[in-house]
Amino acid sequence: MLASLFVDAFRFIPDNAGLLLSKTAELAELAFTALGIAILIALPLGLWLGHRHRGLFVALAVSSAGRALPSIAIIGFFVAILGVGFWNNAVALVVLGIPPILTNTFFAVEGVDPDAVEAARGMGLTEEQILTRVELPLGLPLILAGLRIAAVFVIATATIAGIAGGGGLGEIIANQAAYGLPGVLAAALCVSAVALLTAAALALAQRAAFRRMAPTA
Amino acid sequence: MTGWRLADGGPVIPNFGHGSECLRDNGWLCTSWVRQHWGDILQPALVQHIELTLIAVGIGFAIAFLLALVGFRWRVFDPPLGAFTDILYTIPSIALYQLLVPVTGLTVTTIEIALVSYTLFVLYRNIVAGLRAVPPEVLESARGMGLTRRQTFLRVELPLAAPAILAGLRVATVATISIATVAAFLIYYGLGGPIFDALGQPDIFRTELLASGGLAILLALSADALLALLQRALTPWSRLR
Repeated sequence: MLASLFVDAFRFIPDNAGLLLSKTAELAELAFTALGIAILIALPLGLWLGHRHRGLFVALAVSSAGRALPSIAIIGFFVAILGVGFWNNAVALVVLGIPPILTNTFFAVEGVDPDAVEAARGMGLTEEQILTRVELPLGLPLILAGLRIAAVFVIATATIAGIAGGGGLGEIIANQAAYGLPGVLAAALCVSAVALLTAAALALAQRAAFRRMAPTA
Repeated sequence: MTGWRLADGGPVIPNFGHGSECLRDNGWLCTSWVRQHWGDILQPALVQHIELTLIAVGIGFAIAFLLALVGFRWRVFDPPLGAFTDILYTIPSIALYQLLVPVTGLTVTTIEIALVSYTLFVLYRNIVAGLRAVPPEVLESARGMGLTRRQTFLRVELPLAAPAILAGLRVATVATISIATVAAFLIYYGLGGPIFDALGQPDIFRTELLASGGLAILLALSADALLALLQRALTPWSRLR
């Protein structure tokens, strides 16, 4: 039974390639817009707080509060405020995407060897140079790990947006009556593919950052 | 816009027609409604939600622990097992629920299977990483003291990995509480029940959304705090982060 479902799903994919492609593009647009905004907010904030060694409490609180937020309630909350469409979902996903990026960035920069920072300061680097040339490169693997967690989470959650008028693959997944179970499975496979590809790309970047950091290892 | 839930039905709850002024205006948190429906909506949903979470995390931990033992003992199995839990985690929950329905039906079992499969992602990684992080010189001295492989695992590796394992348990528990709200897409169960009900109202029933969503957040934060205390009690030698 399960096997025939997969067969039907794999038949659904070429038969509805155009539909799946456009819905995948919608999902990607929503998820990557939200991810981009979350990065723009969380990355500089995490870098700054980590550099100043301040806000440990904020970082810890954001991380546990962030995990505690029920995605469906957050999406619903923004539907109530902003109405149904693109932005209610985008804003909700930004809220959900910020915590892992902020906490990882904070701990990445905060955890950089103080001796390295002292040495850089002694060499006459300005605070800004220390942040961009010492702390950022040294903390990059951990920062990218945070981006990876956020990306997978935002992409998976963006499907829930489909039931809140967000379009995308979630619209197919939430509408079994129209697309049938093979359609649901096919759309779910597309979501997984987008999430896994994004995660793989960030994992490669992470590995490259690691290698550059420790060429002898 | 498609419907909020897979099958509409279930209890029809709020009615703006009569009730306080706050309810007629669809206010954000009408205490009168919360007080009135604590007993018949919110409290039962909260109890169901706690049950869902405990079962999912319990079974998930047992499975993840067994998988982690395999991945730790035989390194070749680690990458495929890790990839397997990764892939499970990327399957959107609303799709997974529907795919399980033909097999397990519109039941709590369906919800639990999905929730368990999501906990594996966090738990597996943390258990393996915790066991791997035991320093080689510690293992060396354990061997020097004449401990068998089994004794080394139970008395040295497991206790040293405990902080990482408990940290994973914390993350998995909080995440499960949050993800379990989506389960009401399938059947009216747990705190997601009132959340989806609120969303299904023409204008979104704000009080019900905020009350039930807020309860889910409070439950997650309390569970996090409770497990942090447990972590400190069980591993007094490690500093709590």
